[in-house]
This record gives sequence, C-alpha cells and structure tokens, in this order.
Amino acid sequence: MKIEDLKQIKTSALARKQGCSKRACICMGSACIASGSKKVKESLDPAAAKEGIEVQQIGCQGLCSSGPIMVTEPGHVLHTHVGDNHVDPILQEIKTGAYGPKAISFDSPFYKKQKRIVLENAGKIDPERIEDYIGQDGYFALAKVLSEYKPEQVIEVIKSSGLRGRGGAGFPTGIKWTLMAQSKSADGRKFVICNGDEGDPGAFMDRSVMEDDPHRILEGMLIAGYAVGANNGFIYVRAEYPFAVERLNLAIEQAREKGLLGKNILESGFAFDIQIRLGAGAFVCGEETALIASIEGKRGSPRPRPPFPTTSGLWGCPTMINNVETLANIAPIIRNGAPWFSAIGVGKSVGTKVFALTGNIVNTGLIEVPMGMTLREIIFDIGGGCPKGLEFKAVQTGGPSGGLITKDYLDTPITYEHLQELGSIMGSGGMVVLTDKDCMVDLAKFYLNFCVDESCGKCAPCRVGGYQMAKILDKITKGRGVIEDLALLEEIALAMKKASLCGLGQTAPNPVLSTLRYFRNEYMAYIEGGAKYARQKAKELAEKAV
Amino acid sequence: MKTIHAKINGIAVEVPAGTTILEAAKKAQVRIPTLCKHPDLKPTAACGLCIVKLKGNPRTFRACTTPIDEGMEVITHDDELVSTRKTVLELILSNHPADCQTCGRNGSCELQKLSADFAMREERIPRHVCDLPKDASTGSIIIDYAKCIKCGRCVQVCQEVQNVWALSFLERGIDTRMAPSGDISLAESPCVRCGQCSAHCPTGAIVENDDTALVWKALHDPNKFCTVQIAPAVRVAIGEEFGLEPGTNLTRKIYAVLRRMGFKAVFDTNFSADLTIMEESAEFVHRFANNGVLPLITTCCPSWVDFMEKYHTDLIPNFSTAKSPQQMMGVMTKTYYAQKQGLDPAKIYQVSIMPCTAKKFELERDTNMQASGYPDVDLSITTREFARMIKQSGIDFLRLDDEEADSILGEYTGAGTIFGATGGVMEAALRTAYYKITGENMPKEAIDIQSVRGLKGVREAEINVDGTKVRVAVAHGLANVEYVMDKVRKARDNGEPLPYHFIEVMACPGGCIGGGGQPYGVTDDIREKRIAGLYQDDRDCKLRFSHENPEVKQAYAEFLGEPLSEKAHHLLHTHYVERPMYQR
Repeated sequence: MKIEDLKQIKTSALARKQGCSKRACICMGSACIASGSKKVKESLDPAAAKEGIEVQQIGCQGLCSSGPIMVTEPGHVLHTHVGDNHVDPILQEIKTGAYGPKAISFDSPFYKKQKRIVLENAGKIDPERIEDYIGQDGYFALAKVLSEYKPEQVIEVIKSSGLRGRGGAGFPTGIKWTLMAQSKSADGRKFVICNGDEGDPGAFMDRSVMEDDPHRILEGMLIAGYAVGANNGFIYVRAEYPFAVERLNLAIEQAREKGLLGKNILESGFAFDIQIRLGAGAFVCGEETALIASIEGKRGSPRPRPPFPTTSGLWGCPTMINNVETLANIAPIIRNGAPWFSAIGVGKSVGTKVFALTGNIVNTGLIEVPMGMTLREIIFDIGGGCPKGLEFKAVQTGGPSGGLITKDYLDTPITYEHLQELGSIMGSGGMVVLTDKDCMVDLAKFYLNFCVDESCGKCAPCRVGGYQMAKILDKITKGRGVIEDLALLEEIALAMKKASLCGLGQTAPNPVLSTLRYFRNEYMAYIEGGAKYARQKAKELAEKAV
Repeated sequence: MKTIHAKINGIAVEVPAGTTILEAAKKAQVRIPTLCKHPDLKPTAACGLCIVKLKGNPRTFRACTTPIDEGMEVITHDDELVSTRKTVLELILSNHPADCQTCGRNGSCELQKLSADFAMREERIPRHVCDLPKDASTGSIIIDYAKCIKCGRCVQVCQEVQNVWALSFLERGIDTRMAPSGDISLAESPCVRCGQCSAHCPTGAIVENDDTALVWKALHDPNKFCTVQIAPAVRVAIGEEFGLEPGTNLTRKIYAVLRRMGFKAVFDTNFSADLTIMEESAEFVHRFANNGVLPLITTCCPSWVDFMEKYHTDLIPNFSTAKSPQQMMGVMTKTYYAQKQGLDPAKIYQVSIMPCTAKKFELERDTNMQASGYPDVDLSITTREFARMIKQSGIDFLRLDDEEADSILGEYTGAGTIFGATGGVMEAALRTAYYKITGENMPKEAIDIQSVRGLKGVREAEINVDGTKVRVAVAHGLANVEYVMDKVRKARDNGEPLPYHFIEVMACPGGCIGGGGQPYGVTDDIREKRIAGLYQDDRDCKLRFSHENPEVKQAYAEFLGEPLSEKAHHLLHTHYVERPMYQR
C-alpha cells in the first residue's frame, strides 16, 4: 500500500458517511454492552433496515451510567438509557427529524467543557472498521513520519510537545524515546510495548481507548517503533477486557491486510509487527519490569531497576513501554504539531487527560479535559456534582496508589505537580467522588486491601507491611484500636514507601496516609467510640452497600 | 575499565564502573545491612534493608542493585534510613516464628544476627506466621515454610546455579512461599538433594536433616562396631566452625576426635577415592583403547547422578559405573575389613562424614548400595552436623594431639585428597590413566594439571598422554553441565569427532568443598581457600598417585584381584536408570 491508497480509502470512507445521512449509532463499549446495548442492536438492526436507516456501532460517549447510549443522525442527537421499546420511536424520530426532549445533549457542560484528543474518534467511528479510522485521518501521521521525518525528528517532535507518560508517573515521553533510540541491542532486536494492563479499581480509560479506537494505538506504536528503531511490538492487555482484546486483534489483522503492519510499510522499507499478550489477572503486571517478566512467561514480579527496560528489557533487549493513553496521543501530535499540543494545558503538564468519574457523582463516566482544569470544574460542571441529598467530601485520585483531595482544595488545577503537592498522584486517571455518607477509614481499608491482595510478595516491606497495616486497620474498624495504632500505621507506611521495590508497595500506603492526614477525626471516632461505635458504623455501611 | 569517583558518607572512594553502592561502601569501611543479598547470586532486592539515599534526590535506592555513578554522594546511615530499616526488620520478624532456641540455624542465622545488631527488643506488631507443615520428605533437607523470609536465594540457586528447578515461588502477597511447584513434596519434585538451598538460606527455613542423635545412639550401643570415614572436603572446612581460616587442614585432629567419640575404626574416604580412581581409570583406559562408549562421565557426585537420571538420560551409557568413594569405603569395610578383622559385618555400623546433603540420599539409592548384603554405609552426616557433634562431645577439638587413621582403609595419596575440589577427580584419574597407558608416571612437573583447576564454570583441556591427546572437560554447578552435554550430543548426532573423552561433573559450585553440607557463609573467596587447602595436602603427600597407595595395592592383592574384576564389579560398581522428573 502507498500513501495514495491511504488517501483513496479516506475519500471513500468520507463519501460513504456522507452517503447515509440517516444513521443510528449505538455504543458498543463494555459499559453499554453491560447495560444491554447488544440486545438493543438486535432489535434495531432489522427495524432500521426496513426503514433504510443505517446502523453503526460506535465507541464510548462517556456517559457510562446512562447506557445504553445511542446517537442519531441527522441532528447528532444523544439518547440515553435506550431499551428495546425505544427502538421504534427513535427510528421514527430519525425519519421525521422531529426529536422529543432529551435528558442530556451534546451542548451540555458535560460535553462542552471537555477537550477530546485521545477520545476524538470515540463515537465517530466504528472501531471494527479500519476505513472509518482512516477516514478520520488515521494512519496519516504514520504516513507523514515515514515519508517526511527521520527517526530523530520524530523524537524531537514528541520531546518538544511536552507529552508525559499517562500511566501515572508522568515521565517525559520524549526522554524515554531518546533513551530507547540510543540503546543498542546485542542481537538487533528492540521492542515497543503498549501497557494495557489497566487495573486500578474504578479506572476504565484505557479500556475505552482500546475498545473504541484500537487503530490509534497501533499507529502510536508504529510511530514509536520507527522513532526508536524497533520492529516488534507487544500489546499487553488484561484478560478481563475481552472486547478490547477482540477489537485489537481485529485491528491488527486489518492493519496487516492493508500493509500497515508487516514488512515495507507504506513502501518506506520500515517493518513493524505487533502481537497481543494477555495478563492473567495480576495488578502488579502493570509495573513495567513485572509486565516484561509476564510476557516472557515468568512469574509476574518486578525486578530492581537499573537496568531500566530501555537498556535491558524483554529477553534482555532494549524495550520501551508506553501506556495506552500516551500512545493514543502520538498520532494527533504528529498530525497537528508539537506547538499545538503544548499550547493545551498548563506549565509542565500539557495536553489533555482522560478521567474515569465514579463514586457518588451524577454523571458517572469517561471524560477528557485539558490539563490544568480545576477539580471543581470537573466534578461539578462536567460531573454534575453529587447526587441530591449528598454533600461532597473528597475525591480520590490515582486509584489505590493515590490520595484524597478535600473540598478545601477543589480549586486546585489538575496537573502532575499540583496533585503531588496534595499528597495524591495523577495516576492513570481514576476519580472516585466521596460524600458525607462515605467512611474514610473504610475507604482506606478498601484500597489497602486491594494492594495487599495484589502484592506479588517479592519484597518484605510491601508483602508484610501491607498485610500488617491492613490488620491494624481492621482492628480499628472493629472498635479495638488504640491511639498508638495510628503512629504504628504511619511508621509502617513510611517504611513501605521508602523500602518497597516497586511502585505498588511504595504507593500502597497513600490512601491510609491521605485519610489520616485529612480525616484523622474519623479514625479517632473509631478509637474513642470503641466497639459500640464500630458496630453502628458497620451497620450504616452495610445499609449503604445495599 | 572506567574508574568512578564517588563519596560514601562524605568519604571519597574510587571503584570500577558498574560497582554497586553496596560494594563501593565497603571501600569506605561502611557495611550496609542486607538479608537477601548473597555474593554467589544476583541481587533479588527482596529484603529492602540496604536502602540508601543520594544527595539531592528525594528517593531511596537499594544499595545491592544500584550501580554507583560518577560524583554520586551516598548517604548510607541517617535517622530516617536507620529507623526505616528497623521497621522493615520488625515487619520481617512479625512474619517469622520466635523459636530460635530450637532452630537449626540458632547461632548462625542471618536474621537472628541482624536482630541482635539492631537491638530488637519489642514486639509491637502481632506475629503472623505461616502454618504449613514442614517438608521432610527427602531425608536430606527439611523445609520449614514458617521460617522462610522469601529472600529468594534458594529459588535462585536451585534454578539459576543448579538448573534443577525444584523450588519456585508459589502464591502471592503474604501467602507467597518458596516450594516445589505444583504443591508437591520436595521428594516428588526434581530435587537432587544438593542442599545448595540450605547452604544459601539466611534462616532456618531450609536445613539439613540432622542425624547427629542417631550417630550418638549407635556409638552408645554396645552391640555395634562403629566405623567412620571422612570425606576429602570436610578436613579443610570444619575449622571454620571453630573460628579457623577456611582451608585449614585438620585431618589428623579429626581422626583423633572421632576416636575419642567412640568410633572403633577411623577411615578416610581419601583411601576409597584412590580406589575409585583405580576402577574409574581402568574403565576409562578400557573404553579408550577398545572404542568403548566415550566420553566417560564421572559419577562420584550423587546429586549429579540424580540430575543425570532425570535430565540427561540419553547419556546413561557414558556414565562411569564406579560407585562413589563413600559407597566403596562402606562396602570395603563390611567385606574386606570385616574378614581381615574377623568381625560380623552385621554389627558394623558405618558412618560417613560428608560435605554433602545428597550423600544421605545416596545410601538408599538402590539395592546396589547394599552390595555385601548389608548397607554399604549406614548413616551419613554433613560437616555441619559433625561440628555440632564435636561441640556436644565436650572435647577440646583444636587442642587434641594429631592421630593417624586406621589401617587398612586409612592411607591415602594426594590424588585422593583433591577429590574434594572441582577438577580433582579428573586430575587424579588422569594421573593414573597416564600410568596405565604409558606404563610410567607423569613427569614431576606435570603432576599438577593446572588446566583442569580453578573456579571457572566449565574448563576444557587437552592432555598429552604419550603423544595421544586426551580431551577433557570439567563442569561444576549443575547449570554449567548443559553446555558440556549439549556439545557431546551435537557431536554424537552429527557423527562428528568427540569433543571430549572424559568429563568430570560435580553438582556444587567449587565441587565438594562447596557442598550443601559445608559450613555456612561460603563465597568464592572461601571456596578458593578450601581448594588451596586440598592442593596443599596433595603437595604434602609423599605419594601422589592413586595406583601407588600401598593399602589400595594390598586390597587388590588380597581381596579384589584386578580393577574391574568380577568381585570389584559386584562390590564397587553400580548401574543407572531413567527416573521421572516428577514422582507423581
């Protein structure tokens, strides 16, 4: 395939889209499938065919708790909670163009305040059609680098864009690529790995990108491979994401068929191929050295760094691991240029960030906002605030490795630096909204237990420290805690932070430290209230859970 | 190599590039505490005790794995580091039983020592100890899961140094444990009982099966005639248990203490090492001269034999059928010696003192180990158990007067004593094979066959025997065997000339002197000193050829006839069978 062929596909994809002005697009993301969108589509397909209306499957529109979601054309109208019984009325609306009132529209703040780069195609394309992706300028960034850029020029663009790793730590992507490009391989092999082992409770950003726009990841990896001199790629996806795996597999097949993967890509002489590897359910395999061990078929536990994977990674070869969201940013940066990207955001945190909004919030779902937006805007304008009758107390960012941000800090702009200052982290982008009805000790216990369950057991501070902290927390929530327990918790937490081998152990105590910092009174209530208080609290929590 | 200039706690150090902070700190006379790091093994970074800070960096780093860089300013001890280490140690102790007094590592435990150094006085964190039962299935070593601190040394040594893969990590989090994969017993696993796991374990999680009580019982039994043999490697290591330098040769004090303990006859395995050489070199010369199956592969090491029967079964025909010196000594005691002394072999109780945990297993390998109708050897104990027996006996070991071994199975040559070092069996066999082929002894300056000595994992050499080139290979540490065996296989399968005529394998790094039953804390430095002790013993011997051992000659003349005679075959040889890697 040549670049001309790519342009041809784009033209016909756009023509096809314009050719069918009447469309019913139904979301086939995991959340909507879970709420019944497959069943709706079964009713929709024959009914729409009768009416001459095209049915298209699309990706996530973000309002995950309002699914199944449908978008209809003409008019670009959003339908929420679509059931079988809504199929005929919706088809009539499409036919007549006369829409009844809708719960939420694309003009609402939920959409207006977002800026979509990573999710730009979600909802616009059928993730299972490579032509749709190409129609949205897909693979043109690849064409551009292969025909116009030397590898070092690609790295220069990424470097000057200011893009930082979206997996959590925020390491500058351009620097990682530079290190990788400089790294020599003894046998000539170099690997690019896409980390799709998203595992934070309440986080589903990467899943959405993989499900809704799989080719974007392939394109990002291809560009990365070209830039750093690698010809092999792996996508490591957790097995719990079956739709993502399915669509990535399909995308790889399609890309191979079109000559966008394999040898002599776009007649440039560049060769690159991608394989998928499934995680077996261990959270720690999101840590890069554990991930590498897992791909090698070994027990997924981290090893000390240095050497960093860019020096010695998969089978001892230089290996670069980028997160799904990071790779999803590559093509748009190449297409639009580094200055375009770095103009979005603030300070050293540029571009956008995808967040999964969950917890006690009106608009549960997936959003993408420019860096630097305040938490208040995210939670109250986009998220719609807390449901009626509940008062906002705090938001947990960064999943089990993160920390709490209380209402006093709602005007903090979301950047890597600001979050760190508050004792939390950007993490991969989970945001759990908590209200006055939530117990912070219980929350800390939940997150800590998650890390205790997921500890690989290799290093003592994490293996034993996490376990013992969880025991102490358990004791406190049973009303048997003493004041000294809080100091012991903090002491063990510090030892875990300082002496654990990998990020999991180093950050596992964060939720405890964070709740101790902002909500020590809730711990004290358990300690002072004793067993009676604990029983009452347990009853409340049980009721809430129901 | 590039030199790195850095500072440890303000003290300037110069080290080669690639040196870890842990090693560099030693140059500044600073010892950073560790619990998982072992000089033999790649750092696993498991314990978290060696954390240090770098000036201008908010993070902490593991000294065991972080290479020191130009201009680095390392802080190894400050308030936060010391208290963090103490908390980590407290956490490790909270996951470990408090039964030091009844532990096999009482007094030699690295965790116990560190706890003492750190003045651990409180138990603030409730103890959570694994309640799995011990695994004593092999009879050689015992795993006590409760005492495991998950440092990973045993798994690493089992997989990477020994290539046995009996041990691995199971489960995760607080339930993580090292165990045979598949949750089977150690005896059902591919374990070859080399005991390197026990020699590397920092705590009492893996220890040898202590048989000292059984020895005492036999010694105190008036109906038993207790005889004993000591292996070559024991003499140059036992001193470490009594504060002496590694390599100190205590042969004659060992004879004395054994006699004081009550053994009626004190023999030396070095004698039967000479006997083994007579048989093995005869076997070699026979195969060499008659186009027999070559290369011949040595079989003195029971772990290697077990490994071969599980992993290299296609090479069974290449194995020397000669029994190990331990077994030869046993059977000679119960036949030749018993006859000469007019003793009832049923009453003879033969104890062997070995550097080895697998020797306990070898006793019961198969019925060939009871060639006389009685067990060749009744009980085998390790150097460590022997040291404990000396301490229990109340005998002031180091101040005993030197004594000699008992005749007719006690005299040895320099060739016998070097059996304890990697390359030693090869060297001893070559000395005698040379004689058998040429009819004369090697020239004096050629007796020390340097090319087969040393600690390199695989050593290949070509020995000139009267114009004939004998190609040999020596491998130690079972992971090094693969290379040699694959080379043989490749040549065999492609019909190419043999890469070697003769191969020596010892399972443990360094050979028997680095055996799994030797005193704790072995490093290559210590291995070299022990080996030097044996080579010194060789040089000090008047006789340095097995075929010149007068008692060996006498044994052939009076009892065995010729090497490879029918009697010798019956008593001194065995055979090998394919064994399943997993017993279930």
